[in-house]
This record gives sequence, structure tokens and C-alpha cells, in this order.
Amino acid sequence: MREKVAIGSAVAAAGLLTYNLYRMFMVLPDEALQGAIYRILFFHAPAALVGMVGYFVALTFSILYLSSKNFLYDSLAASLVEVSLVFSVVNIVTGSIWARIIWGIWWTWDYRLTSALVCILIFFGYLIMRRAIDEPTQRARLSAALCIFGCVDVVIVYKSIEWFRNQHPGPVLDFRTGGGHMDPAMQTVFGLSFLAILLIALSLVLIRTRQEALAREIDSLRRLAHTAA
Amino acid sequence: MTRAIELAGVWKFFGDYAALRDLTLNVEEGSCCALLGRNGAGKTTLLRILAGLSSFEKGKAQIFGDSPRKGWPGYLGHGIGVYEDLSARENLRFFARLSEVAEPNQAVEKWLERVDLKSAADMLVRQFSRGMRQRLALARTFLHTPKVLLLDEPFTSLDDRAITMLSELLVESRNRGATIVLSTHQLREALAIASHVALVENGRLRHTGERTSEMLDDPGLLYRLYS
Amino acid sequence: MRALLVARKDLAVELRTKESLNAAGAFAVVILLLFSFAFDPGPEMIHEIGGGLLWLVFVFAGALVFNRGFARELPNDCLDTLLVSPLSAADLILGKAISNFLLLVVVELISLFVFGIFYSVRWAVRPWELALLFLLATWGISILGSVFGALTVNLRLRELMVPVIIYPLLIPLLIATIELTNLLLTNQPLTASDFLWVKIIVVFDLVFTALAVLLADTILVG
Repeated sequence: MREKVAIGSAVAAAGLLTYNLYRMFMVLPDEALQGAIYRILFFHAPAALVGMVGYFVALTFSILYLSSKNFLYDSLAASLVEVSLVFSVVNIVTGSIWARIIWGIWWTWDYRLTSALVCILIFFGYLIMRRAIDEPTQRARLSAALCIFGCVDVVIVYKSIEWFRNQHPGPVLDFRTGGGHMDPAMQTVFGLSFLAILLIALSLVLIRTRQEALAREIDSLRRLAHTAA
Repeated sequence: MTRAIELAGVWKFFGDYAALRDLTLNVEEGSCCALLGRNGAGKTTLLRILAGLSSFEKGKAQIFGDSPRKGWPGYLGHGIGVYEDLSARENLRFFARLSEVAEPNQAVEKWLERVDLKSAADMLVRQFSRGMRQRLALARTFLHTPKVLLLDEPFTSLDDRAITMLSELLVESRNRGATIVLSTHQLREALAIASHVALVENGRLRHTGERTSEMLDDPGLLYRLYS
Repeated sequence: MRALLVARKDLAVELRTKESLNAAGAFAVVILLLFSFAFDPGPEMIHEIGGGLLWLVFVFAGALVFNRGFARELPNDCLDTLLVSPLSAADLILGKAISNFLLLVVVELISLFVFGIFYSVRWAVRPWELALLFLLATWGISILGSVFGALTVNLRLRELMVPVIIYPLLIPLLIATIELTNLLLTNQPLTASDFLWVKIIVVFDLVFTALAVLLADTILVG
């Protein structure tokens, strides 16, 4: 059942993306002030949102694991963190490319970009820690604790970096140069792009969750084999 | 007879691997249960659950009706549980205060005397010989006159003097009504003190019952019967 | 309070061996020295970045202190003995945080002294506010150091992992602290917006201390 959902989402996402790419490049005109590069928004913003939301969904599953001790929640949490990490990196890379084209520099200490980078570091630490723990119950328990600390910190990170940037202004990554309104044609493409990326994320999370469960099964079979020998 | 230790249908998993399977064991107050079994059978896991060091996934574990986490058993695991950079006296005082022993300093002096470490009381554990460390570990375990004693292979690598000391301490504890669970490979010494035995194999309880005189005469009896 | 017993025991051991203090103190002095070669800073540069430099020194030297924190419970299985005793997991983590805190404060005092001498900085211009700031910020670092010391105590590559995990988490605390340190070292008045930083530090301390107490059992008992 889960596999069908995973494949289904992937296929739907592929379809949406293809359609979107056609619309993006063939139909939509270049943006008034930014030129062609504004199209990167259609990937940058959804990736950012999916990345951020993913961490907090992982937080929910981590808490669920701690209360129920059901390994499914641990697998879901870990997969969500991994996939969110990937999308956060996409967010940063696309932001960087945009900054290079518009500002001429590869990196700007814009508060959203900086916060995203800190989140990447925090959850990268999460993945590193998971790899260092062989025993599944201990790994699940400690990962859940770290996820809780990480997510709480993420909230404080965003606020503090935003305040820091208010005090020390610098270039801001803002795509909406026309005063905050998006052309309706762009809005549909944006909405569809967001949906496509969400479906990709869903598909990846389901696949990774299955892999985690299989890895655990193999580990326990290995242990069984050792004790029987 | 009240049940000091109750384990009912306990399962402990490491991932998907079951280290303890549907384990049910009752230990009456004042009895001494010898836990037998090969390496990897689950004896250490069981003791750690009773000591409150490990959680478990299914079942119930109670010590005098309370969760094991709340208890203050005398626990002796594989390590001696004392600090190398403190003296014997400092170690015992720390543990005495932690366990809220009444009149800790006096209790500490009494135990130093009992395990024959009075003269070396101010030496750092780092400088102790192996036998001295073992005796300090015994003092630390019995210091707060625990009602429940959980000992994981306590006779292993003890010298003769320490074995005698431990046997005496165990008999004394039994006489004052303490409940003891000890896992062991040293069958002779343990079976001499035990009132009951329990054989664990692959996480399951294969046999539980009183320690009979046949077992005393032939310590390997149970292993042969059940394998 | 049992946490204080643990802290006392740790400090007794530390004062006897002085392992962490020597290592952390020496490390702090070396970084301060290296910095002078790397940047050859004049007084204006020190005014601008003194706060940042100091707190980087504290955090890096601090890692040496809190790496030892739980690691010293490993020989002879002392950690098990502590957990079996009436000591709760939360008491243990708080006790370690208190001893980390005190050791870190000593390292900070040494560093401030050396910093003042190397760079001719009069850092005691606003001593009470600076002291309060340092105490609040150091507690935040100590409680996180203690929690993650506990979390990683049984893991391999422990010493590598503690920095990787802790430093990103400390970023908001460090931002706030460095901002305020720079203001206090250069004797500038604190405006209303600067008190936002104080709020961040206090919130950080409260939230993470609460989380540490709540999750102590989860982290230490398996």
C-alpha cells in the first residue's frame, strides 16, 4: 500500500514538473526587473517551505516514538529529517545562484539563508549521530531526543538571526521586486510547483522509511544468527 | 511470604532482536535466587532491568510493588563502580550521601573496617591492588544495607579473600531478610548460598525452582538437563 | 540537593587531577596568541571583534571541559552505579552542568586576564553587567554541554560528535552574547532593542534547562 502511494506520488510529481517546466520556459514571460532568473523562485521557495515543515513533522514523529516505542515513527522521523535536509540544501543552492545573478556574489548573509544554513548544520549533526549508533532502540531514543532539541533551537535560531539582521542590515533575498504581488499566471505555476515538490518529498520519505525498516530487520537477523552460532 | 521481585511477561528488544522473551519470574522476600545460563542468555539484561538501568518493551517488572527505577538496590555489575581519582574513604562518603545513609561518616568507617581497607582509606583507588578494588566494590554495594541485592557474576575474578568476604556478606544479608538475585558461572559458591535457582536460555526462563541438594552435589546438573 | 553532591564530587576530582582545567586553559591562551599572529589586531579591530573572539575561545576551550564531563563516569561503570542510586537522571545532568559551569567560569577568568594583557584591553569597565552576562551565557553553554555529554557518552566517536552537534545549537546564544559583550567591552549604553538579546539568552537558558530535565530519563536510561 505504502509502495503504491510512493510510486503514485512520484509519477504525479513527474507529470506536474514536466507540465510546469513547459509553462515556465515556454509560456511565462521574463520578469520585469529580474529577467530570466526569477524562475528559480519556483524551486527555491517550495524547497524552503518543505524543508522547514519537514523538520517539525519529524519532531511530531519523534515525540510519538518516545510515547509509543513504535519503530515506524523513528523511521519516519529519520526519513523526514534526511529529505528535509536535501530540500534545505536545494533552498540554499538556488538562493546562492539567485544571489550570484542578481547581486554578483555567491553568498549573502540574508537572514533566511543564514537560518537555513544553521538548520542544515543542526540536522546534519542528527544524521551523523544516527550513523554512529548501531543498536536500533538506542538510536531511535537518542535521535528523538536530539530532534526535539534541534527543532526547539530552530525556532530560536530564526528569531535571533532575524533580529541580528535588523541590527546589521545587509542584502536581502527577496524575489518580489514588484511590491509583493505575483502575476496570476505565475501564481498557478508557483502553486503547481509547490505541489510537485511536496509529492516528491512524500515519495522520498516513504521510500526511505521502508529502507530504514528493512535495515533494522537485517540487523536483528544478523544478531539472531550470531547468538545461534 | 511477600513477593519482593515480580517479573511478568517481560520482553526486551534491541531493535527487532528479543533479548528477553515473555519472561516471568517471582522472587520471594528473603530468598536468594541464583541466575544461571550461558553467555548471551539474557542474565545481564534481566539484572539491568531490575536495577532500573534498562527499560523494557512489554510486560511488568516490580520490586516491592514499585517500578525498578525508584528502588535503591545494592548493585554490583561488571565494573567496580568506584572513582579512580578519589580515595576509598571519599568514594564511600560520596555514595553514602547519595544513598542518604544515616550518619554517613560513621557508616563509612564501619565498612572500611569490615572490608579491611581502614589502613588504606586515604589512598587513591588508582593506587589500589586488584584485591583492594574488589573489596572496596563490595563495601560500596553493601554500604546502604540494601533490601534488594542484584549482583552480576560477582564471584568472577575475585581472589580467595574476597570470595570469602562476599559469601559472608551474602549470608549476613540473607539473615537480615534481604532479597538477593545473583547471576553466576561460579556454580559451587553461588549454589551454596542460593535458596532458589533460575535457568535462562536465549531470553527465556527454562527452569525455576528451589535449589536442591542434588544441584549442590552436581553443579552442572541443570545445564545438562536443559541442553 | 543531589545534583550538588555530583557537582562537588566532580570538582573534587578535577581539582585533584586538573586535567580539564589545564587543557582548556592552555588551549584558550594558545588561541588568543594565534589570533594575534593571524590578524595583528589594533585597538579598533579589538573593539569590533573582541566579543566574538572571546566567546569563540570560551566555546572551543569549553568543549574540552564538557567532553570530560560524562566521560569520567565511564571507567569502572560508575555511570551505572550513579543511575542505580536514588539519584535521578535529571539530577545527574544538572550536577554535571553545575560542575561544567564552574570550570568554564574559571577558564573564562583566565582568558579574560590573558586577553586584557595581550591586547591591552580594559575589560572591567562594566564589571557587574559583564559578570551577569557571562554567568547567564555560560549556563546556557554548560547545560547543552551536559545534555550532549550524556547523550553521546556511550557512542563511539564521542569527542568528534559533541562539537558537531553542540556548536550549531549554540548559535543563537552566541549571537546574543557576542553582541552584548561587544557593547559592554566598549562601554556603550544599552538601548531597548539591545535588551532583546538579553531576552534571547534568558529564554535559551530556561527552555534548554527545562528540556534537559524533561528528557533526562530518555537520554540516560535505555
